[in-house]
Amino acid sequence: MEAVKTDKLTKYYGRTRGIDGLDLTVEKGECFGFIGPNGAGKSTTIRTLLGLLSPTSGSASVLGMNVLRDKKEILRRVGYLPSETLFYPGMKVRDILRFSAGLRSADCSDAAAVLCERLQLDPSRRIDDLSFGNRKKVGIVCALQADPELLILDEPTGGLDPLIQKEFFDILSERSRRGVTVFISSHVLHEIQRNCTRAAVIRDGRVIACGRVDELSKTSAKRISFRGTVDLTGLEGIRDLNESGDGAGFLYNGAMDALLCRLAAGSVSDLNISDPDLDEIFMHYYTKED
Amino acid sequence: MTILRHELRRGKTALLIWTGVIALLLAICIFLFPEMKKEMESISEMFASMGSFTAAFGMDRLSFGTLTGYYAIECGNVLGLGGAFFASLIAAAMLSKEEKGRTAEFLLTHPVSRTRIVTEKLAALIIQILAMNLMIWLVSAGSMLAVGEEIPWKEVGLMHLSYLLLQIELCGICFGISAFISRGSLGIGLGIAALMYFMNLISNIAEAAEPLKYITPFAYCSGADIVTNGTLDWSLVAIGCGFTAAGIAAAYIKYLKKDIAA
Repeated sequence: MEAVKTDKLTKYYGRTRGIDGLDLTVEKGECFGFIGPNGAGKSTTIRTLLGLLSPTSGSASVLGMNVLRDKKEILRRVGYLPSETLFYPGMKVRDILRFSAGLRSADCSDAAAVLCERLQLDPSRRIDDLSFGNRKKVGIVCALQADPELLILDEPTGGLDPLIQKEFFDILSERSRRGVTVFISSHVLHEIQRNCTRAAVIRDGRVIACGRVDELSKTSAKRISFRGTVDLTGLEGIRDLNESGDGAGFLYNGAMDALLCRLAAGSVSDLNISDPDLDEIFMHYYTKED
Repeated sequence: MTILRHELRRGKTALLIWTGVIALLLAICIFLFPEMKKEMESISEMFASMGSFTAAFGMDRLSFGTLTGYYAIECGNVLGLGGAFFASLIAAAMLSKEEKGRTAEFLLTHPVSRTRIVTEKLAALIIQILAMNLMIWLVSAGSMLAVGEEIPWKEVGLMHLSYLLLQIELCGICFGISAFISRGSLGIGLGIAALMYFMNLISNIAEAAEPLKYITPFAYCSGADIVTNGTLDWSLVAIGCGFTAAGIAAAYIKYLKKDIAA
């Protein structure tokens, strides 16, 4: 059964496009990445799935239930982490966690205590005194403490330090092994690459690519930059070449051994090979689409 | 009841401050009454020479020398305006504050129906208004006993009842508006309370503006009418109940369908 399924889902804010004919399928138990630039329609999609927005047309179901008809039951089985975690001022972390559990008519105190410890979150602190990252941790505990079947996480790692990010993804991985479906919307490509099995790229309110992460990544180039002198003439797969006096930078989508041979034959004092920025990945898909 | 408890907890400080201020002002007014009673003649003359404002405040039909008359004019204004501002402010903010404070996303992504959210928030408003009126009534009665006056139970009770109904009406109207807005609740709450108050003054002064009394809830709170007739104008109260019901219905209809944007 699909955990999330949208069929030509469309949402317009007046005459402004949110999403337009979006088709998306997330299988139960998988970890799914949702990638797109600002304004592409990621948040609109999530908000429609959670019943915060009514679709203009099309349909959507979550855990086999209609998002309009079964909103309450869907929310009972879904844990959601918004990109901006804002809470009621003046409250302590433990009050927020208790309030969230109370809204679910559940006692989540044990689970909350474990999660707080793992994420190094002090429940006695006031929300107003927390940094962005610590507020994010509160949001994570709220989303996870009731042990939902589906986790919808919007930009989950913003503000988290690398150690906590690792702990967070360890928790997700444990949940995933227990059959929980994880839906992550993110700008950070390597997060999706490391943690998701499938992903979709959204642009202008439509899914422009969807498939296994390794397949999607295959099509993406590497960002190469070096300091020194290398003869790149005739090397296939170079894009966006930017030569400076003491080196060059470019996107490379060709054979890696051919590039390494050229680099070895040249004189290189520094070399950097990295994943392209997400923007560059998007550009790749945009170019392909156009 | 989670949302109800949450709202009562969050509204506690504002409730105590508003109740404290209104009760204190009422108590001060009542404690000044024995002094006023001694200077009744000169005060009555002064108020009688205020032209149309005498009628606006109902001072042409009430005697400042009696506790009932004094309470209806002085204390009625304090309780009327103070209570109206409080009820309008908290009601106008009740639904909109979730969007203004950007907590709507948190609240509405929990398994709670919007009907329950609106109902529990409305219940929180009514409880706060009832609590404030009860505390003020107790302080008021206590103050009258403290200055050694016999309490005119019926008149004072009817006046307090009228102000309670006024607050509930303004609460219903502002609650309805709250579902349509995401910010600006402070101005709207204060504006509506002040508008209704001045509408009543105008309808008392100018004959041509008399129909305004069917709109403003202050019309059925006229101390002069209540003391003179020994009852409230129930036809005006019924119209007020209509406005209250319309406001509450609008809140449910709008909020249940409302898109919650980022």
